[in-house]
Amino acid sequence: MILTKAQYDEIAQCLVSVPPTRQSLRKLKQRFPSQSQATLLSIFSQEYQKHIKRTHAKHHTSEAIESYYQRYLNGVGKNGAAPVLLELANEVDYAPSLMARIILERFLQEHEETPPSKSVINSMLRDPSQIPDGVLANQVYQCVVNDCCYGPLVDCIKHAIGHEHEVLLRDLLLEKNLSFLDEDQLRAKGYDKTPDFILQVPVAVEGHIIHWIESKASFGDECSHHAYLHDQFWSYWNRDYQIATETTCNTYPGKLSICFPNLEVWARLSHLLVRIYPGAGL
Amino acid sequence: MAAVLESLLREEVSVAAAVRWIARSAQSSEDDPGEAAALSPLRPLRKEFVPFLLNFLREQSSRVLPQGPPTPAKAPGSSAALPGRPGGPPRGSRGARSQLFPPTQLPSPAAEVPSARRGGRRRGPGPARERGGRGPAGLEEGAGGEGLPWAASRRPRGSGSPGSPSLARSDPPNLSNLEEFPPVGSVPLGPAGTKPSRRINPTPVSEERSLSKPKTCFTSPPINCVPSSQPSVLDTSPWGHGLPPGCRSLQEEREMLRKERSKQLQQSPTPACPTPESGSPLPSRIGNLTAEPADPAGVSSHRRLELVALIYSSCLAENLVPNLFLELFFILQLLTARRMVAVKDSDLEPSPGALDSLESPLFQSVHDCVFFAVQVLEHQFQVLSCLDKGTLKLLAENERLLCFSPALQGRLQAAYESSVAKVSLAMPPSAQAVSFQPETDNRANFSSDRAFHTFKKQRDVFYEVLREWEDHHEQPGWDFEKGLGSRIRAMMGQLSAACSHSHFVRLFQKQLLQMCQSPGGAGGPVLGEAPDVLSMLGADKLGRLRRLQERLVAPQSSGGPCPPPTFPGCQGFFRDFILSASSFQFNQHLMDSLSLKIRELNGLALPQPEPSDEDGESDVDWQGERRQFAVVLLSLRLLAKFLGFVAFLPYRGPEPPPTRELQDSILALRSQVPPALDVLALLQQGLRARRAVLTVPWLVEFLSLADHIVPMLDYYRSVFTLLLHLHRSLVLSKEGEGEMCFLNKLLLLAVLGWLFQIPTVPEDLFFLEEGQLEAFEVDTVASEHGLDGMPVVDQHLLYTCCPYIGELRKLLASWVSGSSARSGGFVRKITPTTTTSLGAQPPRTTQGLQAQLAQAFFHNQPPSLRRTVEFVAERIGSNCVKHIKATLVADLVRQAESLLQEQLVMQGQEGGDPAQLLESLCSQLCPHGAQALTQGREFCQKKSPGAVRALLPEETPAAVLSSAEHIAVGLATEKACAWLSANITALIRREVKAAVSRLLRAQGPEPAARGERRGCSRACEHHAPLPSHLISEIKDVLSLAAGPRDPEEGVSPEHLEQLLGQLGQMLQCRQFLCPPAEQHLAKCSVELASLLVADQIPVLGPPAQHQLDRGQARRLLHMLLSLWKDNFQVPVPLQLLLSPRNVGLLADTRPREWDLLLFLLRELVEKGLMGQTEIEACLGSLREAQWPGDFSEELATLFNLFLAEPHVPEPQLRACELVQPNRGTVLAQS
Repeated sequence: MILTKAQYDEIAQCLVSVPPTRQSLRKLKQRFPSQSQATLLSIFSQEYQKHIKRTHAKHHTSEAIESYYQRYLNGVGKNGAAPVLLELANEVDYAPSLMARIILERFLQEHEETPPSKSVINSMLRDPSQIPDGVLANQVYQCVVNDCCYGPLVDCIKHAIGHEHEVLLRDLLLEKNLSFLDEDQLRAKGYDKTPDFILQVPVAVEGHIIHWIESKASFGDECSHHAYLHDQFWSYWNRDYQIATETTCNTYPGKLSICFPNLEVWARLSHLLVRIYPGAGL
Repeated sequence: MAAVLESLLREEVSVAAAVRWIARSAQSSEDDPGEAAALSPLRPLRKEFVPFLLNFLREQSSRVLPQGPPTPAKAPGSSAALPGRPGGPPRGSRGARSQLFPPTQLPSPAAEVPSARRGGRRRGPGPARERGGRGPAGLEEGAGGEGLPWAASRRPRGSGSPGSPSLARSDPPNLSNLEEFPPVGSVPLGPAGTKPSRRINPTPVSEERSLSKPKTCFTSPPINCVPSSQPSVLDTSPWGHGLPPGCRSLQEEREMLRKERSKQLQQSPTPACPTPESGSPLPSRIGNLTAEPADPAGVSSHRRLELVALIYSSCLAENLVPNLFLELFFILQLLTARRMVAVKDSDLEPSPGALDSLESPLFQSVHDCVFFAVQVLEHQFQVLSCLDKGTLKLLAENERLLCFSPALQGRLQAAYESSVAKVSLAMPPSAQAVSFQPETDNRANFSSDRAFHTFKKQRDVFYEVLREWEDHHEQPGWDFEKGLGSRIRAMMGQLSAACSHSHFVRLFQKQLLQMCQSPGGAGGPVLGEAPDVLSMLGADKLGRLRRLQERLVAPQSSGGPCPPPTFPGCQGFFRDFILSASSFQFNQHLMDSLSLKIRELNGLALPQPEPSDEDGESDVDWQGERRQFAVVLLSLRLLAKFLGFVAFLPYRGPEPPPTRELQDSILALRSQVPPALDVLALLQQGLRARRAVLTVPWLVEFLSLADHIVPMLDYYRSVFTLLLHLHRSLVLSKEGEGEMCFLNKLLLLAVLGWLFQIPTVPEDLFFLEEGQLEAFEVDTVASEHGLDGMPVVDQHLLYTCCPYIGELRKLLASWVSGSSARSGGFVRKITPTTTTSLGAQPPRTTQGLQAQLAQAFFHNQPPSLRRTVEFVAERIGSNCVKHIKATLVADLVRQAESLLQEQLVMQGQEGGDPAQLLESLCSQLCPHGAQALTQGREFCQKKSPGAVRALLPEETPAAVLSSAEHIAVGLATEKACAWLSANITALIRREVKAAVSRLLRAQGPEPAARGERRGCSRACEHHAPLPSHLISEIKDVLSLAAGPRDPEEGVSPEHLEQLLGQLGQMLQCRQFLCPPAEQHLAKCSVELASLLVADQIPVLGPPAQHQLDRGQARRLLHMLLSLWKDNFQVPVPLQLLLSPRNVGLLADTRPREWDLLLFLLRELVEKGLMGQTEIEACLGSLREAQWPGDFSEELATLFNLFLAEPHVPEPQLRACELVQPNRGTVLAQS
C-alpha cells in the first residue's frame, strides 16, 4: 500500500517527542489502524533516529553523564526494582538503550581499572547477565527490551528485515524469470560497491527502465533517500552501473509495486532505482 | 599596484581576500572589513594587478634568467590614469623603471603605432600611455615596473644590475632583441662594457628564439618592423616584406641576412630539420655555465616568497593570467636557473623592514628562485600530474626539487609511476593519394565529357606537383613558387567551369586531411580516409622503430612556449599551393567547402562511451572512442586553420594600420562583411551543448590566422569575449557534477592561452575585457551528455594540439643535460632493446611488408570492408581475452585451490604464512600462463573468419574475403596476444590471490555455519512467519514481563503457544532466516523459558489469576525444549537459564516455586541438551553470588534435590510433581 505524502506527514507529526516504547507504538497503531505495524515502526524508528541525531551530543557532555549517573544511583538507592533507568531516559527524552549504555559505561569506569572497551559494553548490552551488578543488569535489560528504536534486539530485527527482503526480492526475480547477478557474484567479479542485484537484461516498470535493484527494507522518507543516494547510489552511478533513481515501493510478501516521488533530486537521474520497503513508501 | 602587493606582504590583507578582490569586482561578504578597507581605495587598479604581478616577477627574475629565452607575456602596462594612493606617502624617488618606456623618447614615427592601436581599441581619450607612465607615481616605486609592458626588452637588466638606475633610465638595452643582442653562446652577460663585442657575433639567429617572442610589438625594439623569420604565414606571404620606413638601418640588413638564412631552414618542414646552430632557446645555450647549487638554507626570506608564490598561484588557479603554460614555463625557468648575475653587495644586505616591502629584490639568489618555483609548483601539482610521463620523470628526478620539497618530489614520483601518458612528437605520415571516390568522381557528376576529362587530368597534375614537392622541398635552394608556381597556375586556369572548381576543391581538401592529419589520430572510420595502417597494425616492434625514428627527427624546439601559428610539414605545401594558385574562384570554393566540412564535423554526434563491463578491458573500447574524438578534433583544427588562412588572406598584413583614421575607415568597411563562417553562433551552440572541448580548439586555430583588424570588429569581439569568459570559468580545481573533465579543461586553457599570445590578438584584450565579462552570461543548458564532461582528451591529444607544452619537458631536459649538451636540447642515449615477449614474431621486414600489403589492400576496397575487419578484430581480440580468463585462468585457480587445500591439510590448521603460500602457488602456476598465447591464437583463428564472413556482403569475391579474414585473424591475434603476454601473469596472480584469501577466510571463523545447513523441504511454500516478526513478538513479551506495564497489559497463554508454534515452523522453513537472527531467537527463547520458570509472564484473563497455570507452563517449556533440541541450528545459550540474573527472577516471586526449574533442568539433561556436570557447575557458581539469606538456602536445597535424583525417570517426575506444592511451601517456610 502506498502512503501519500499527507499521510506520512500526519504520522510523522504524531511522533514528535514520543518515547520509543511499546506503549507509544501501540497508541500509534490505534491512531492509524490502516497502516501495518512494520510501516509504522519503520517510520517511528526513522523519525526517532532523526531526533536522536539532533540531540545526541547534549546527552554526552561529561556534566550530563555525571548528573544521569547520580540520578540513577539515587533512584536505585531508593528502590532497585523500580524502572529507574527507563524513566530517566524517558524524562530526558533519550533512547533507553542509549541511556543504559551511558550509565553502564560510567559504571564500569568507576568499578574497573581499565576503561571498558566498546566490545565489552556491546556484549553486556546484548547479555546483561554479564553485568557484574545485578541491579544494573536488570535496569539495563529493562531498557533494552523496552526500546523499540535502539538496542541490540532492534538492530537484529532490522538486520533480519533486510535479509528477508533480499530473499523476497530474489524469489520475486526468479519467479518473474529475470536474469540477475547478486551481490556475491558481483563481488566475486571484483566490484567494490554493488547494489543487491544487477539485472542482466533491464526491465521497464511503469515506464521506467530498471537496471539494478537495491533493497533497503526501510521506509523511504526524503531524508533516507538523500542519505542513501549520497552514500550508495551515486557510487553505483559513478561505477556506471547505468542506473539509479528514485522510487519507493512497497512489497509485502510477494508484491512489487512502485511509486515515484516527485522530488527534485531525482529529476537529474534518468534511470530508475527500485527500493523495496517493508511498509509503504512515499 | 605595488601598494597591493606590499599590503599583501605585510599580511594586512589575506591572499584569499586579494584574489577575491582581483577576480570579482563586487565586494564579497566573506571579506574582512579591514581588508576591504585596505583594498577599496585601490579599486580602480584592480584589473591591473595581475599584469603588474606578472611584470613584477619577470622583472625580479631578470638577473637570474639573463640568457634564457624571454618568457613572453602579454601584460600591458597600466595605462589608466590613477589617483595616487591615498594615505600612502609618495616615495622619494620615482622608480627608475617607470621611465623606461617614455613615449616621447621613441625616435621613430612608427613608435606611435602601439599606442595608436591601443588607443583605437579602447576608444579612450588620447595617449593613455603618457598618463600610465607618470600618473601613479606614488605607487610604482620600488618595483616600479607596472607602468610598462613587461617585455624582456624593457627590463633594465641589460646593465647586469638592477641597482644601476642611470643606465636603465636612459635607454634600456633590450636583451631579447636579437638584433641588438644576438645570442652569444656561453658568455654570461656581464656588465655593459662587453656589449660591443657581442654585436658582431656572427652566431646565426635561431629561429626558435625569434619564435618565442610572439608578441613582437612587445618583445623587440620600439617597433616591430621585422616580420618573424619562422615559417609563419606572415613572412612568406608576398606582402611580408614591406618594411615601414624608418627601419632602414643596421637592423634591416641584419634582418635580411637572417631572413635569408631562415628561408633555407624553413623550406624543409620544421620538424624534420633541426639545424645544429639553431639549438634550443633554452638555458642549454649557456651550456658551460655551470649551475650554482641551490640550497634551502640559503633562502633569504621564506615568508615573503611564500606569500608571493601564494598570490601568484592563486592567480593561476583562478585563470587570471592569460597563459597558464607560459607561467609554468617561467616557473620551470626559475627552477632551473643556473646562476645569479652578480649584484652589488649593498643590494643584498637586507635593509631593516625591507622584508615586507618591495624595496629589496624578491629574488636575491638562486636559492630564492628555486624556493619560489618549488612553492608555486606545489600549488600546481594537479596540472603537473597531468603532464606527460617524460616531463614528470624529469621533474621527479630534479635534484633541486627533491632538495626543496621532498614531499612534492614524492608526489611527482608517484604520479610518474602511475602515469600512462607517454607522449611523443610523431612524424607526419607519408603522402598517399586520395583514392578514387566512385560516388562523386564519376562522369555523371560533370557537366560534360570535357570537364570530366579535364578533372582527370588535373588530378594527375595535382599529384605530380605534390610528388615533386615531396621530393624537393627539403633541398636547399628550392623555391615553391619558382619550381611549381607556373604549373599550378596553368592548372587552375583550366578549371573553367564552377563545377570543376568544386570537384578540385573536394580533392584538395581530402588530400589535405589525409596528409596533414596529425599522426596522433590514426584515421578513424568517420572520415573515410585511408589512415596509416602501419600504426593500426602497430606491432610492438613497429612502435619501437617509430619511436626511435621520431627521436631522431623530432625538432629540438617547436618555438618556445608560445609559437605563432605555423604550417609545419605537409601543411606548407597546401599553404604554398593556395598562395601560388592565387585564384579567387579556387579560394572561394575552398572556403565554402571547408566551412561545410567544419559544420559537418563540428555537429557530428560522437558516440557515447559504452557502459563499462567488468574490468580494464573496457579501456580498450573506450580508447576507440577517444581516438575517434581525436581524429575529428584534429581534422577540425586543420580545416579551421586553412579556412582562417584563406578567409583572412586578403586582409593580412604585417602590421596594424598606422593611424587611427585609417583604422576607423577599415573598421567601417570590414564590419559589413559577413563572416566566412558564423563562428559566433557555432561557439554559442558548442557552449550550450557542452561541446566546448570540440569547438573551441578549432575556433582558436581559425582565429589564430586572423588579421590585426579582426579582433576589433564587433562580431569577433563578441567571440573573443565569449572565449575570455570561458577561459575564466575553466577553474581547474573545480570538480564535480557538471564540470568539465580535467584534461579537457587543460586543453582549452592551453589553446586559449596560446591564442591570447598570438601577435594579431591585441595584447590588452585579456586584461581589459573584464567589465564586459561580468555582464555576460552563457546560458549553458546542462545537457547530460555533453562531450565536455567526458574524458575525451588524453595527454597525447593535448600534446598534439599544443606541442608547445612540450617546451616544459625540453627545458627540464636541458637542465639535466647541463653543460654537456652544448648543442642544445636533450641528449639521451637510445638503446633499442629486444623485447622479451613470449610469442615468437616474424622478422620485422616481413611484418612491415605485410603491413604495407594490408594497407594497400584496404586502400582499394570500400571503407566499410576495413571497418568490418577492424571491428571484428577488435571484438574477437577482446572476447579471446575473456575466454582465456573463463577457461585457462579459471582452471588454474581451481588448481590453486586444490593445491592449497592439500597444503593446509599437510601443515595443519595454521597453514603457514599466507603471503608465502601465495608466492609458492604463483610460482607453480604462472608458467602455465604461456599456454594462454597458444590458446588465444587458436581462438582468434577459429572465431574471426566466421565473423568476417557473416558481416561482409555475400557477393564479396573469394580472394578479397580470404584476405579480409586473414587480416582480421592477424589483427585479433595481435591484439589478444599483446594483452595476454603483458597481463596474463598479473591476471593469474590476482585471481589466485583472491581465491586463496577467499579460501583462507572460509577456513577461519565459522566452519560450523558453513557446514550442513538444512534448508526446508522442497514442498515448503515458505509461508512461515518471518524471523523479524517473531523476534519482534518475543521482544514484546519480554518487555511486558520486564515492565513497566499498564494494568490491562498481558499475554494470553494461547498467544504464547501460537508464538512458539510459529517459531517452530519458521525454524523448519529457514527460507528467510539468517544466522544473527537465529542466534537472537535462541537467546530470546531461553529468556522466555526463564520467565516461564519464574512465572513472570503477565497473563491476560480474569483478574484473579494473572499467572499461567502450571500445566500451561509445562506445555510451553516442553515446546521450547523440543525447539532447542530439534530446530535450532545455532548453539542455544542454555546456561543463561542458570545465570544469576535469570535465577534471581525467582527471588521476586512469592511464594517461590522451584518445581518448574527442577523440571526444566532434568529435561535438559534427559534430552541431552546440557550435561549433568555442566548444570552442576552452573548451580555451583550460582551459590557464590550474593543472595538474600532465605533464597540461598532454597537454592542449596534445589541443588541437593537435583543431585539427589540424577536420572529421574518419567514416573518419578510425576511423583515429584505431586509433592511439589508441599515442597514449595516447605522451602518457602524454611
